[in-house]
Amino acid sequence: MMPLVGEVAQLGRRSVVRTLRQPANVIAPVLFPIALLAVNSGGLAAATKIPGFPTHFYAAFALAVPFMQGALFATMNAGTDLARDIQTGFLNRLALTPMRGLALIAGQLAGVAAAALVQAIIYICVGFVIGVHFQSGPVGIGVLLLLAVLIAISFGAVGALLALRTGSGEAVQGFFPLLFVFLIISSFNLPRNLIEIGWFRAVATANPVSYLIEGIRSLIIEGWNGEALALAFAVTAILAVVAFGLASLALRQRMART
Amino acid sequence: MNGADNGIEVEGLVREFKGLRAVDGIDLTVAPGEIYGFLGPNGAGKSTTVHMLTTLLPPSAGSARVAGFDIVREGPKVRAAIGAALQEAALDPLLTGREHLRLQTGLHGFSREERKARTAELLERVGLVGAADRRVRTYSGGMKRRLDLALALVHRPRILFLDEPTTGLDPQSRSALWQEVGRLAKDEGVTIFLTTQYLEEADVLADRVGIIDRGHIVAEGTPTGLKAEIGRPSVEAVPAKPTERNRLAATLARFGEAVNGSPTAVAVRLERTDNLVDVVRALDAAGLVLEDLRLHAPSLDDVFLAKTGRHLEGAEDEDADG
Repeated sequence: MMPLVGEVAQLGRRSVVRTLRQPANVIAPVLFPIALLAVNSGGLAAATKIPGFPTHFYAAFALAVPFMQGALFATMNAGTDLARDIQTGFLNRLALTPMRGLALIAGQLAGVAAAALVQAIIYICVGFVIGVHFQSGPVGIGVLLLLAVLIAISFGAVGALLALRTGSGEAVQGFFPLLFVFLIISSFNLPRNLIEIGWFRAVATANPVSYLIEGIRSLIIEGWNGEALALAFAVTAILAVVAFGLASLALRQRMART
Repeated sequence: MNGADNGIEVEGLVREFKGLRAVDGIDLTVAPGEIYGFLGPNGAGKSTTVHMLTTLLPPSAGSARVAGFDIVREGPKVRAAIGAALQEAALDPLLTGREHLRLQTGLHGFSREERKARTAELLERVGLVGAADRRVRTYSGGMKRRLDLALALVHRPRILFLDEPTTGLDPQSRSALWQEVGRLAKDEGVTIFLTTQYLEEADVLADRVGIIDRGHIVAEGTPTGLKAEIGRPSVEAVPAKPTERNRLAATLARFGEAVNGSPTAVAVRLERTDNLVDVVRALDAAGLVLEDLRLHAPSLDDVFLAKTGRHLEGAEDEDADG
């Protein structure tokens, strides 16, 4: 029997190839967040005048958001690809091989990771082009790439879970607005301490997405903020473990081979 | 039966979906090297049976051994011994044929060299060498089915399950697939369990046929044997002049009892199976001019009709209506 890592590599290669052969899955997660970055940076630039705002350059503050939006796209793409495998019967084909279920999800997420890495590099390049100075330096950029990929993988696991639970690509896509709401009700436009509306600040504080954004943002505008990074990595790890665990259970039910 | 066997033994196999019995206690045996045709209308329980026998679906009750292994307790051993091309040609439209085969050989644990060699061998066998590096979304239905078959053969299975392998194919592609299936059984001794809703396919390809309807096997045997059970052939003649219908009926009555035919025709079931020449001579001697003359040999549809009271074609619609 092939080792688990070999199975993951086989399925990961397929996932990467599939991702690269669907231009919409690569282009949309790059263009849409950058367009939104441009709009927000222009429209909300005045927010930097609020006392206590952590930077004078709003685009640098907002640059964290594309990473999250890219991760949201990763959720959808991973989910719809897996759902398509269920709908077309490709999952049954895989189930007839000695492949472990764990390898299927991990392999699927390899494509997500590859796409997330490419996207993150593009976002960083865009940052350089518009004049963002990454306060954490080259090592921080490396950590930023790592965090972005891990966030995308954890969100991709959520997509896989949705696919395995629903078995429908359309149903997975139907969750996109819901997940987007999580981004909106986070600290994506303002630091939490500057949100004046009490309930919004409370929701943003309870929303794990805020900590992911703040971790990325800290590397861009602050330098090395241990607490923000620890929270971001912890939330990512918890999300990944929970989503991956639930997705594995869902796969066991979906792929009910004896 | 032991692990070296290539046969299938099924006893009282049941599968329920929310109280509905899709497969209701079927028994069957497939001998090693045999092509077993599992014939029935859509919704009869064919695919559910295949999913259980290929370990993709646990049975609700009953037992089955495939290649000598229990389908519930020894799933991985069953899967190692079988290949399956399921009803949906389950392919990834974004991958090429070669990439499909590389993935499949890789997941079966072939080394890099073995993967390359087996991929080339199978592409050659199913006639896809020229299209190997094209994405599957550009393939025709027949090409997809051939690739599907190649994928099922990657690990040299002893038993092959083909779930409606020719549905939707043009006659040429269908014939090519039949040839390959026949060759697999004859030359390589692969046992083949083939589901179909096509009478001709079961008739041409299968050594034995099981007819399933509403989850029950209603008949089983060789195609020839099953048809012989139903009875003798009938002859149906249409007179050129409608006024000669009675004279035609009187002439044909000498060769067998009248049976129902089309409204303009006279039909009799022949008493002997070898007296068609005598019928033609008698008609000629009587000076009867015919517009049409047909011999109807019993078909598997007649078998289905005799066992269920319905024709195979349209049985699904009747089930839906009823």
